[in-house]
Amino acid sequence: MADSAASGSAPLAPGDSVGLSVTPDRYLTVRYAGASGDFNPIHIDEQFALEVGLPGRILHGLWSMAQVARAVGAAAGDDPAALKSLSVQFRGMGVMEQELTVSGTVSSVEDGVASVKLEATQGTVKVIKGAVAEVRVN
Amino acid sequence: MALPTDKIGKRYPPLLYAVGREKVREYAEAVGETNPLYLDLEAARAAGYADLVAPPMFAVVYASRALFPALFDPELVIDFARLVHGAQEFHWDELVVAGDEITTTLEFKDTSERSGLRFDVFESVSVNQRGQTVSVGTWKNIIRGEG
Repeated sequence: MADSAASGSAPLAPGDSVGLSVTPDRYLTVRYAGASGDFNPIHIDEQFALEVGLPGRILHGLWSMAQVARAVGAAAGDDPAALKSLSVQFRGMGVMEQELTVSGTVSSVEDGVASVKLEATQGTVKVIKGAVAEVRVN
Repeated sequence: MALPTDKIGKRYPPLLYAVGREKVREYAEAVGETNPLYLDLEAARAAGYADLVAPPMFAVVYASRALFPALFDPELVIDFARLVHGAQEFHWDELVVAGDEITTTLEFKDTSERSGLRFDVFESVSVNQRGQTVSVGTWKNIIRGEG
């Protein structure tokens, strides 16, 4: 998987940017299905996906959500306990072999918790919108 | 469409998931994690953890299994072919490491209808072998109407 993450361990402050870009390869959904236990055929069977009216196999929404979590985790200095909560809305369908970009901004820091607003896009398609992460900061 | 509003509050039997070290690594690799705490046992132990640390979104692995009996529960009348995942939320507390045994309980929290779409909400509560809450998940599904 091609990958570039903007990471840093500096404390998050309002206005800070958070993000990463990743391009899922054509077998990503097969590996993620095995890893997660979600074997819905729309993610792993091209013929099935086409038959139910999709453009082809699509990404698991929860894989895309994991990219948002990963971007936030990296910005929090890779502390596994930093992420307090993450809420996302799934919108457009994500596809393989196209770059997914997670981008976000720290909107506030109060009582040791930073609030980060994010989205994940592929080209003009919003795969995830209205994501909000709460991150414990020291 | 007929909504199973009388089933709101229904709980499903707790599901036990044993967190395996290689499963944590497999998941971490599938989502592209590069943090050594999720991938490298020595790094995790050197940082003071008992074993590989599960990334936060590993909650999907131990908690989603608890959802399956509900999705196929005839009392909830879910047309699986018309189901899409609309939104998801997790709150995390105690960290999960390989070797933990996580018990997840699922509750059907809400069902409603808007513009011909049915909106279902499930809540999963996952606790470790010490009884500490590790995560709470809110799963929001949309079921498209017929025709």
